[in-house]
Parts: sequence; C-alpha cells; structure tokens
Amino acid sequence: MTAAGPGGKATSAPLMGRDPEPTLFELSSPGRVASNFRTTGVPEWAAEELVPAAHLREAPAPIAEISERDLVAHMTRLSHRQFSVDLGAYPLGSCTMKYNPKLCDDAVARAGLADVHPAAPASLTQGWMALLTDLESALCRITGMAAATLQPPAGAAGELTGLLLMRAFHGAAGEDRRRRRVLIPDSAHGTNPASVTLGGYEVTQVPSDDRGCVDLDALAARLDDDVAGIMLTNPNTLGLFEEDIVAIAGAVHGVGGLLYYDGANLNAILGVTRPGDMGFDIVHMNLHKTFAVPHGGGGPGAGPVAVTERLSSYLPGPRPEAAGDGTYAWVEPERSIGRIHSWHGNALALARAWSYILANGGDGLRRVSDAAVLNANWLRHQLRGTYDIPYDRPCMHEFVASATNLKRAGGLRALDVAKRMLEEGFHAPTTYFPLIVEEALMIEPTETESPQTLAALAQALREIAGDTAEEGHAAPRTSPVGRVDEARAARRLVPTWDARSDA
Amino acid sequence: MHFVPHTDAEIADMLASMGLSSLDELFDAVPAALRLAGGLDLEPGLAEADVAGRFDDYAAANRPVGRSLVCFAGAGAYDHDIPSVVGRLAYRSEFVTAYTPYQPEVAQGVLQALFEYQTLVCRLFGTDVANASLYDGASATVEAVNLAVAATGRQEVWVSRGLHPHWRQVLATMAVGTGHQLVDVALDDGLTNWPVDGAPGAIVVQSPNHLGCLEDVGAAGELARRLGALLVVATDPVSAGLLKSPGSLGADVVVGEGQPFGASLSLGGPYLGLFACRREHVRRLPGRLVGETVDTEGRRAYVTTLRTREQDIRREKASSNVCTNQTLMAVAFLVHLSWLGTSGLRELALRCARGTRYCREALLAIDGVEPLAGAPVLREFAVRTPVPADVVVARMAEEGFLAGVALGEEYDAGLLVAVTEKRTKAEIDAFAGALEKVVR
Repeated sequence: MTAAGPGGKATSAPLMGRDPEPTLFELSSPGRVASNFRTTGVPEWAAEELVPAAHLREAPAPIAEISERDLVAHMTRLSHRQFSVDLGAYPLGSCTMKYNPKLCDDAVARAGLADVHPAAPASLTQGWMALLTDLESALCRITGMAAATLQPPAGAAGELTGLLLMRAFHGAAGEDRRRRRVLIPDSAHGTNPASVTLGGYEVTQVPSDDRGCVDLDALAARLDDDVAGIMLTNPNTLGLFEEDIVAIAGAVHGVGGLLYYDGANLNAILGVTRPGDMGFDIVHMNLHKTFAVPHGGGGPGAGPVAVTERLSSYLPGPRPEAAGDGTYAWVEPERSIGRIHSWHGNALALARAWSYILANGGDGLRRVSDAAVLNANWLRHQLRGTYDIPYDRPCMHEFVASATNLKRAGGLRALDVAKRMLEEGFHAPTTYFPLIVEEALMIEPTETESPQTLAALAQALREIAGDTAEEGHAAPRTSPVGRVDEARAARRLVPTWDARSDA
Repeated sequence: MHFVPHTDAEIADMLASMGLSSLDELFDAVPAALRLAGGLDLEPGLAEADVAGRFDDYAAANRPVGRSLVCFAGAGAYDHDIPSVVGRLAYRSEFVTAYTPYQPEVAQGVLQALFEYQTLVCRLFGTDVANASLYDGASATVEAVNLAVAATGRQEVWVSRGLHPHWRQVLATMAVGTGHQLVDVALDDGLTNWPVDGAPGAIVVQSPNHLGCLEDVGAAGELARRLGALLVVATDPVSAGLLKSPGSLGADVVVGEGQPFGASLSLGGPYLGLFACRREHVRRLPGRLVGETVDTEGRRAYVTTLRTREQDIRREKASSNVCTNQTLMAVAFLVHLSWLGTSGLRELALRCARGTRYCREALLAIDGVEPLAGAPVLREFAVRTPVPADVVVARMAEEGFLAGVALGEEYDAGLLVAVTEKRTKAEIDAFAGALEKVVR
C-alpha cells in the first residue's frame, strides 16, 4: 500500500491548482463499499433463481468502489472548483443569473410534495394540482394570456411546443401545408431556428435595422400567406424593446400568421407590459431565468407555454383544472397536440417558481424589472467610452457591448475580456452573441446585484480594457485550471474515463 | 418581500447619474398604449414564513407515499431509498446555482462531474458515448429516434407497444413536426412481436418493458441489422445491476429514465433523460457532451466539446434544439450511483427482483388474480384483477397502499405493480392481504 496508489487521498491540494482532482475511478479501491440496505425479511433468492441465464449479466457493471468519506471529499472538492451565483456576480447576458432565494429551496422540500407518485390517482394529488393551477393562473396574469401548459421542461421544449401549437392551429383551418415558413430575426437565440426545423417549418430570417430592431420593410417583404408565424424576443437579444411591436403584430396577423414570444427576456417587463397586450398569441417563459429557479449547472429548468383563448384547446394534456367544487381534475384539451413530457413537467422546479412569485407578489415583481433595467442602464453608462456600445440607447435588462475597439487598438478580444473577468472574481458576460454584433459582450447584471457590486464590476471591466493582448491571452491565471484547450478536446475526443487509453 | 438590495437613496443616485428622475423613465421605449395600468393582478408579496404556510397547505392536500401509503407503483417512477449523500453533495449551492459551463476554467466542478456521469452511463449501458443528460425518458427516446432517422435516412420507426405509453405519446406529438412515421408493434404474451420484413430506420424496444417483461434485445438487434435500421433500446438503469447491457446485445442507441438514482418521485419531475450511443454516431449526439483535455500548462481539464453539433452554432441545421438539460439531476445520479458502487448496484437490483418475485407469488395466490403476461420479469409485473384496476387502486389507497398503476385498455386494463428494495416482507404480506380483501 503506497500513498501513490488508488483509494482516495483526502487532501485539498487540487483546490490550490497543484494537482487535478482525481476522477472517481482513480479514487476507487477494489472491495471498498459505502452502500448499505434496510432489513426487509424478503427471502434471499440467488440471482440465478430470479433471472433467466440468457438475460443475466456475467460480471457486475463496474461503477466505483469508494468509501462514503472519499466520495464526500471528492464532490466537495469538485464543488470548490465551480463558480456559482451564490459565490459572486454572474452577468451572463440572456441567462438572467439572479440570486435564487433560499426560501424557495425549503418551500419545495416537503414530503407532501417530493414523495408524490406521478401516476397516483387525482384524489391523492389534489395539493399538487392546486399548486399547478395557481401557478398557471399567475403566469397568465403576468403574460396577459388565457391558459398555459406547464409540461415543457425547458425553454427550447417550450419553443417546440409553441411551434406545434401553431401547426395544429393552422391545421384546423386546413392551412398547415401552405403555411410552411416561420420568420425569425437575425438576432434570435439559436434554439429558435433549431426548434423551427423540428416543428417541420422553414426558417426565414428577418434582418435588424440600424437601430437593432426588426426592419419593418424587410418584414413586409417576407410576409405572405405561406407564413405560419414569427418568433420574437422582446426586449430582443440586444436588450432593446421592439418599439414597433404593435405594427409587427398587425402585419403578421394580417397575413394570418401567429406571434410567438420567446420569454428569455421576460425579466425586463414584469408588471410593465405584457406579451398579450403586445399582440402575441403564444408565450414561453423560462422559469429558471425570470422566476429564480436555480440553473443547476445547466438544468433542470421549466418552460411553460401560455396562449390566447383561441389556442387554448390545442394545449398539451393532461392538464390540471379546477372542477368548480373545490377539487381538481386532469383534463385533456379538446384538440390537444398531445403530451410533451413523460409526466407533468419539472414539477419541483415549477413549485419553486411559484414560491418565488408568492414571495414577490405583484409589487415585488415590478420592482424586479425596475431594478434589472436600472442596473443594466447604469452599467451601460459606466462602460461608455471604454467599450464600443453599438446600439447606445436606453436598454432594458441587458445590453450588448463590443470589444471591437480594443481588438483594433491592441488585439484584446471579447474572449480575452471574458477570461480576465474570471480573474477579477466575476463570471464572464456572454460572448460572441448575438451574432450581429462583432466581439460581442452581452451583459445582464440582474436586479439582485447591489450598486456596490455593479461599481466593482464596472471598474473591473474598465481596467481590463487597458490590458495588453498578452495579458488577456494569459488569463485566467487564478482559476483551478488555466485556459482550456478546446480544439484538442474535439480533435482527440475523450468522452469517458474508459476512452482515455484509446484516445 | 423582494430580493432587490437597492435603497431608495441609491436608486435616486443611480437615476440622477443618468439624468433621469424616475424609474418609469427607464421604460420610455415601451409605447404608452402597452403599459400595464394598475400593475400586475397578483396579491402582494408574502413573508418567507407565509410562503411556507401556503406550501404546508399544498403539501397537506396531497397523499405522499410513505408509511400511510406504502408504494407499489412504478411505471418509470420508482420509490427507492435516496442516501443522505445525495442531498448533501449534489445539492450543494455551488452545483445548484451554477449556469451551463460556458466558461470551463471556473466550471471544472460541474464539467468533471458530468464527465464521470457520462462514464457511468456508458458502463451501465455498454456504450461508448453518453451525453450530459436530456429532460426525461421520453425526450431521450425522441432524440434517439431523430438520430436513427438522420443516420439511416429512413423515416419509418417501429415502436414496441412495450415502450412506456407516455413516451410513445411524446414520440407521436413530436412526429407531427418531424414527419416520422411511427408504426405501433403489438405485444404477444408480454413480449414484442416484430414484423419480419420492412424498411424501418429505427426499431425501438424497451426492456424491461412497460409490463416489466424482459425483451429479447439481441433478437431485436439482429432484426435491426438485417433490415438496415438502428436499434434504440430504452432501459431502466437499475436493471444494469443484473441484466446484460443493451450495448452488448446490439443496441445502437440506449436511452432511459434516470429517476431511480437520486431523484424523488415529485409528481414526475425533474427527472433525468439518459442518452448513450455507439461512437460512430457521436456527431449526431443531441445535447451537451463533456470531453477531457488539458489547460495551457498541460493540467487535466474538462470542457463541453463537439460544440458544432449544437443549436447555438448550427441553428436551423442543428439535429436537436436542446440547450438547458437536467445537469443537477445528473450530478445527483452520479452521487447516488457512486455511493451504491459496483456491489451495491448489483445488490439493489437483486433486492428489487427478490421483492418482486415474493410479491408476485403472493398476489397470484389470491383467487381471481391472474398474470397478465408469462414472460420473465425483473422488478415490476402486471396482473389481471377481478375488479377493474382503477377501482383496485382507489380502494387500496383507503387501505394504506398505492397499489400500482392501472394500465389502459391497450394492456387489458391490468394492474402494474413494482417492488423496490424499500419494501419489507411484512409490507408485502399486508399488501397481499389488503388486495385479497378489496378484490373479493
């Protein structure tokens, strides 16, 4: 037995950047066991007595052989190699990385919610059904819509749901073959065009005008009776409100198309205006953005879709409805597009969002948007003159700066600015998106960062702008690892620990 | 209450620095006609303790499984013990409140956890590559079918009726957009009765299937190869403790519902879509993939890779629109499965199988209770009952049991019963006793 062998060394050296954190598989030592099982008294038949030989595995699947202590040390060290909202500001544009209130964690941590089987009859799940219908009602009030499905587990799933609703709606009018195009601005999120393809439609791109909004003439030129609808984010991905939205809605409705609202940027307009009032027919919301469901390193999210009255009979089913006598029932809408999720959506994420909405109330949600827009505009003012700001006018909850001036002057690129931000203790902004801005730095401070944090963020960004290209390229130097070789990862693909030897 | 830190004085200062005098001026770009008069039609914000009170009310109006409702229901959502390490480790706030790892230098924690998760999924399924998760079993199946159709250029998809009915419904919903032609393949005594000839692009089988029966995955694989289709196998990760892996039996794509490891029942979500395939299909892999690489100093590091497959780069040409996935559930899966370990996974599957056999024999000893299918099972089985299954479930709830899942007409309206490692002999005996009473 040597210190160099496998088996798990409980040392924090990986946190100091001295060593990589060993994988679970390197920490394994043959024969070591953490698991244990309850006493049941069930007869202890052998595997051969339970499973026909033709199906029985010859050797156990190799998982890990690790003590609980070493597993805890491993995961704890991994957690220390991870940036998070709870650690510091995360001005990642389009992602709304706001603080996730802890009361929401506790609200959903109840056996009465967590231990409910999804196939249990409705008589046993009345509390959940009440919660879901209450949430649905609030989301409809916030968006100005008539009804919503809570099934879509993420924003992209919500988009596809919305497009299938569009398809069903046009299909009922016998127009599903003719209406084959969906319009998308060139500033749109990548999920929009990908969802359009999966919905069986063709993408027609609409260019932005020099103010960063939908070009109305270009839109008119692309509108015809083969258009199924348009997908818009408002405020758009430049953080700008589409001031002509009423005219856009009129034009699209004029050719029989529907308007789809991508709710990625809903955090800007809570209590200010509603997609329904703007003329939208279908709205998805990212509860993991606007309503503070934590992102979990990439999910789970929740992407409910709300619609106007004329589309409500197409919603996915089953959906919970109040029966009128104080009870709730699962109902299949008359012309439902069908099921979107294995069960009823990411229920615990939905419940978290509801606890957040309850805590804030109507007044608190308005305050969210006020402060989110205030913070973004203040930060934009602070960076003026240091960074290019291609559309420098009042923004909503986020804005897009550009490192083009820095790149031209000394070679510092948006990527370098992002990596330098990590050294300054902040998460980086979103880079190189939207695609219509070169060297884009998309900044969304959110409402939960204090003026003091914003000032520090602005100062860091201004200082970074004075760096040489060499300093930028060397960053980040203070993180657990330095700049990562992404090209090598793709060229010499190692997707599992077991693929290492043959890579 | 709200979570905005600004004082009124700070707000006034910030506005003044921009030459503004009110917060309303920030929204000048919103046309007056669109402004919401009177604010949101929602009640005022509640204090933390009041929110907790509301949630107590919701929780009290449910009947969760537990001592007063002993769970024998499964159908893709299983009542397993979740070890304490899952809550303490996976739900650390560093994992909970991180975003997608777009900046790998400060996201090595999530990235390495996903790399280890991908490795474990491949070891369970006998595959080369696994992605960093999808939404649930249904979405993983949809993506598998999309991959197979793209790889073969054939839109006809044979789907066993042994595939979870909800997953088949989601496949049907999505097929309206993709244009795939789904062919429903019936069961015969619990096992899929495949056509002999045709030109499908994908063959989709679940094993153990929705009735709990073990399918002949190897034969389905031979059929797929003979017909030039890809074989998609949906499986239960717990079965990897005892059964041969789908990959070793010829599966091209393996999917599953990851809920049994690390996820509570929670009315069905958030769960975890498991997705894995042969290496030759990696360029069509949906969702995110983490790969190992090095940093500038040659230190081992992890990063999301083959990014050019993804929607933010490929846009309308992307094979999938997945962006947000279920990463936190993947971390919980990793912790739970690592705690079980090699011997614990086998022991878990064995205990489920033992309880299932014991329970099945006890139920079949009841007058009028008959097996729905004769094929061998692992952790779940279906029976016919003398009174309709939904009535049985309702009556058994009064007796303190969630008796199972009432199957639809397409499964002869049987009762699907699952037994996990949590069920004791005494509980199973009491369950059989109560069932005997309610079917009389």
